[in-house]
Formats: sequence, C-alpha cells, structure tokens
Amino acid sequence: MSTMKANLEVLPRGVQVTLALGLVALVAFPFAGTDFYTQMVTRMMIMAIFAMSLDLLQGVTGLVSLGHAAYFGLAGYALAFLMPQGEAVSLWWTLPVAVLASGLAALIIGFFVVRTHGIYFIMVTMAFAQMVFFLFFDNKVLGGSDGLYINFKPDTTLFGWMPFDLDNKRTLYYFTLAVMLGVYAFLRRLLWSPFGRALAGIRVNEHRMRAMGFGTFRYKLTAFTLAGALAGLAGYLWGTQTGYINPELMGFHMSAHAIMMVILGGMGNFAGAIVGAFAFEYLLHVFKDLPQVGSVNLGKHWQLWMGLFIVLLVTFAPRGILGLVERFGKSRGAGDE
Amino acid sequence: MDLANFLIQLLNSVQYGLLLFMLAAGLTLIFGIMGVVNLAHGSFYMLGAYLAWSLSAYFGSLTLAILGGAALSAIFGLALEWLLFRHFYQRDHLDQVLLTFGLIYIFEELRSIVWGDDVHGVPIPELLSASIPLTENLSYPVYRLFMSGVCIALAVGLYLLISKTRLGMKIRAGAFNRDMAGALGINIKLIHAVVFALGVTLAAVAGMIAAPIASVYPNMGSQVLIMCFVVVVIGGIGSVRGALISALLVGLVDTFGKVLLPQVAGMLVYMLMAAVLLWKPEGLFKQ
Repeated sequence: MSTMKANLEVLPRGVQVTLALGLVALVAFPFAGTDFYTQMVTRMMIMAIFAMSLDLLQGVTGLVSLGHAAYFGLAGYALAFLMPQGEAVSLWWTLPVAVLASGLAALIIGFFVVRTHGIYFIMVTMAFAQMVFFLFFDNKVLGGSDGLYINFKPDTTLFGWMPFDLDNKRTLYYFTLAVMLGVYAFLRRLLWSPFGRALAGIRVNEHRMRAMGFGTFRYKLTAFTLAGALAGLAGYLWGTQTGYINPELMGFHMSAHAIMMVILGGMGNFAGAIVGAFAFEYLLHVFKDLPQVGSVNLGKHWQLWMGLFIVLLVTFAPRGILGLVERFGKSRGAGDE
Repeated sequence: MDLANFLIQLLNSVQYGLLLFMLAAGLTLIFGIMGVVNLAHGSFYMLGAYLAWSLSAYFGSLTLAILGGAALSAIFGLALEWLLFRHFYQRDHLDQVLLTFGLIYIFEELRSIVWGDDVHGVPIPELLSASIPLTENLSYPVYRLFMSGVCIALAVGLYLLISKTRLGMKIRAGAFNRDMAGALGINIKLIHAVVFALGVTLAAVAGMIAAPIASVYPNMGSQVLIMCFVVVVIGGIGSVRGALISALLVGLVDTFGKVLLPQVAGMLVYMLMAAVLLWKPEGLFKQ
C-alpha cells in the first residue's frame, strides 16, 4: 500500500519559503487582480479550507471519506435556513450554529462509519452522504433539487459596531484568508499534539495502537466529527460568497473533488491540501474556459479533460505536487553524496 | 393494500432486487478477487442502456441488441482491464477511487459526444409487450417478468460457473490466495481479466434489459452505483450469495417503502444499511 507510508509532515525549508511567498502574494492579490479574480481566489481559499478538513481524515488518519461534501453542504443549508427573508442575520451566532450542525451530523454518521475499514469505509461514507443528498433533493421544504437562495451576507455588527462588511468583496476575501490561516494553524498544531500523533498512529497501524491501549474508535470518531465541522466552516463561507446553496454541493462529485485536491497537493500536512485546492480549482477554470476549435467547443467537454488529467495523475504521480517536490529533493540530495 | 396490489409490489421489488444483483455481483466479484473499488461500475450500466438503444434501432430487435451489446461490453471490459485496471490491483484504494472517478468523467463525456444528452426510450419487444390481468383494472406487464427471468437465469449461470466449473475453481483459488494460485500454474492475470470482463458484461446487460422500462438518460449510472454500494456493504464484500440476498432485501425495502412510507422512502435503504453496520460491520455474509 504505497500511499500509507509516512507523509511529508515536516515541510522542507524550500517548501516553507515557497508557502511564505505564496502568503505574501495572497495578501497583495486583491490590489492587483480584478473583482472577478478576487472572487475566484476567495473561492479557492474556501475550497482550501474544505480540502484541509478532509486531509485530517485522509492524510493524517488514513480514512478515505467519499462523502465529505455532505458536511460542507449542510452548513450552507443551515445558513440558508437561519437567514430571514428580509434582513441579514448576525455572523456571530449563525457561524457557530452552522458549524455545529455539520459537526453534529458528522458525529451521528461517524458513529456508524468509523467502525468500518478500508473499502467499506469508502462505500459507507459515500452512501450516507447520498442519503443526506436525497433528503434535501427530494423534499421541497428543504429546497428540493433547486436549492435555496441566501439573500444577504451575514451581518458582522457587534453591540452596534460593525468591524467589517462582508458585502465588500475585498473584505470577504480577507475574512476568508484569515479563516483559512486560522484553520491551517489549528490543524498544524493539532498534527503535533498527542491527539494528532495518535491519529497518525492509527493511519500507520491501527492494531498496534489498540494493543497499546488507545481507544481508536473514539479517536477516529473525534477526527471525523472535527473534520465534518471544519468542512461546515467552508460550506458556510461558500453560502456566504455565492448566496446560493443546492444539493449538488453535497453530491459525490464534490466529495471526489475534495479527495483530488488533497491528493494533488500531497497528503497529511495541510499545506498540500491548500496547494492542491488552488491547483484543482485553477485547472477546472482552465478546462472550462478552453476555446472553440473549429466546430468543437473544447471547454464544453471539460469533464473529458479533467477525467484524463485525473487518470494520468493517479497513474504517474500518485503523491501529488509535494510528492514530486520531495522526489526531486531526494534525487538532488543523493547527487550531493 | 389488497392482495393483487401486494402481489404487484412484491413482483416489482423482486424484479428491482434481481436487477441490482446483476450489478452488485460484478462489483462484489471485482472487489473480492482483485481488491478494486470501482466507482465506474455505474457507467457500465449506462453504457449497456445506450448500447441497447442504438443497437436495437440498428438491428430492429432487442434480443440481437442484447447479444451484440454483451459481446461489445465484454471486449470493452477486457480492453479496460488490460489498459488500466490491471496496474491498479496492488495500489492503494485511494488511487483506485481516483482512477475510477476520472473514468466516470471520461465515460460521461464520451457518451455525450457519441450519443448526445437527450433522454431516449427503448421500445418493448412486440412479443413481450402484453400484460397479465390480475383483477379488473390491475395487470402486470410481461416484460417485467421477462426481466426477472433473465436475471434469475444469469444468477444461476453465475452460481454454476463459480462453484461447478474448472474456471470457477481457478477463480476461487485466485480469490483465496493469489500468489499460491499463481505458483500452482494458474494464469492469474487471465483469470483477473475474465472476472473483470464478466463484471462489466453483467452490469451492461443489466442496463440493456432495464432500458425499455427505465428509459435511457445521462448520468443514469450514478444513482444505481450508490444502490449497488449499499447492496455490497449489506451483503459483505466478495460474497455473491450475500449480494443476492441483500439485493432482494434492498429491493423489498425500497419498493414497499415507496408505497407504505413515501415521506422517508429515499432514506429507508440507508437506514437498513446503518442497522446492518451496527449489527455486523463487515456485512451479513463476509467471506
């Protein structure tokens, strides 16, 4: 099992420097790019939060969830239900409530799914996510197949004082950036905590962890719940940005995209998830934007290009961008000796 | 619910269950013997339905279309196994998930390029278009009985193939211990190719015989894929017998759920799965 070996948990100095430069670029970006690109990068950062939440399961704990989008979508729906028709609702209580809703759903579903392993886990997470999908898809009260509109951005007023305004695209950009950095810092801290070490131990050898006295069920359930809640955080931001939420966001294509992002960047260190989310969303944009050649609109067939890309990637570079960086670094290191 | 109505629903649920079995059998065999998660299995069902649509228009006969389509999908399965899947048997499940997800995109788009994005109907053959009257205003279509018949015949054939023939013995040996079977001179690569092609063909045939009653439409594979996953999880991975029993169970719960509890019908099957997971996390008939 090739990908189960140690992840690139400690980022090489070169990668750290690149990430720091990337952060500088992100901070400066809204002053250079147009509104369109500011929104696109906001979206990329939201997906990065989503991908990091999945990485906690996929890269750190070794649990491949094919239903992670359910928790992403649920928080978006929570925001849609909490937002009254005529006025904006406060960010300060809807955000925690939406995140808790996703976390609670992940706790309940996790109770069933984390007792399964390997192939079963993949199929069962997918099936439960599909159950949530159909719950919303089939019920008109919950928006049905059309989904729901979120007419306002959440209001940030605290005791009559409004620190920032999410209606402003640039403000929303920086808010999302701050949340993304917060989640990254939290997860990096978590990775090196005793809890994070236990999760990594479960990935490497669950039987041994159990033999050492760790209640792995509890650890896995906690990780599943936490990952669901963080996915909810991303879903809330998505609903805020787009003002619209539909069942497709909970579908298994969305879940598979998240897996792709984590793989593309490199698993188990959260930086890879961010890089992967940016790269994947950018590719999606490129493929959908392909020009008309003769009578064939190449962009209309973006699924074909994305499919081919995925197949080629998984065949030839299964450890993603950071994996390539690592391989390159190793071969250079070998040359020095 | 009176007796005639009950009988109709019962027949419907058995027919649905048997159709699910055709799909789940291939899926569970491919899991059990090669250890591959195949998300693209639903695409083979879709492929079958579209083949039935275009070939029956070409031949003017659904039977010929099914025979020709089965041959084509077997060749397709062999080619796909040789080109891609063969290299993924020893890889991580995660890689297999991504590979087959990528294939879903490719197959959907190729379907859109070759056959377009419209919904099509396949006419029921003249010979099977009658209905059997049950009461004054209730009747049961012969074609649905025919479907069940085909599924049962194939299920029996599959059982005989696996438990009574030399090929079946080799398949079981390969599933039990790949390396040992190889050391004893069994061409395990060939066995894998045959099993994979068999799975693809079963799924495609399911799509073909379902085409006249389910119509043919884009993305028709994804919903049926999830149902198959549920069937395989309940039945236990690798167990064909488990797949049969659990497919019938899922058929019953789904069909009667839609009649008796329409509000929660969509979720009932998943609740059944949750209950089985609590009771037996490895499925009812784990091998």
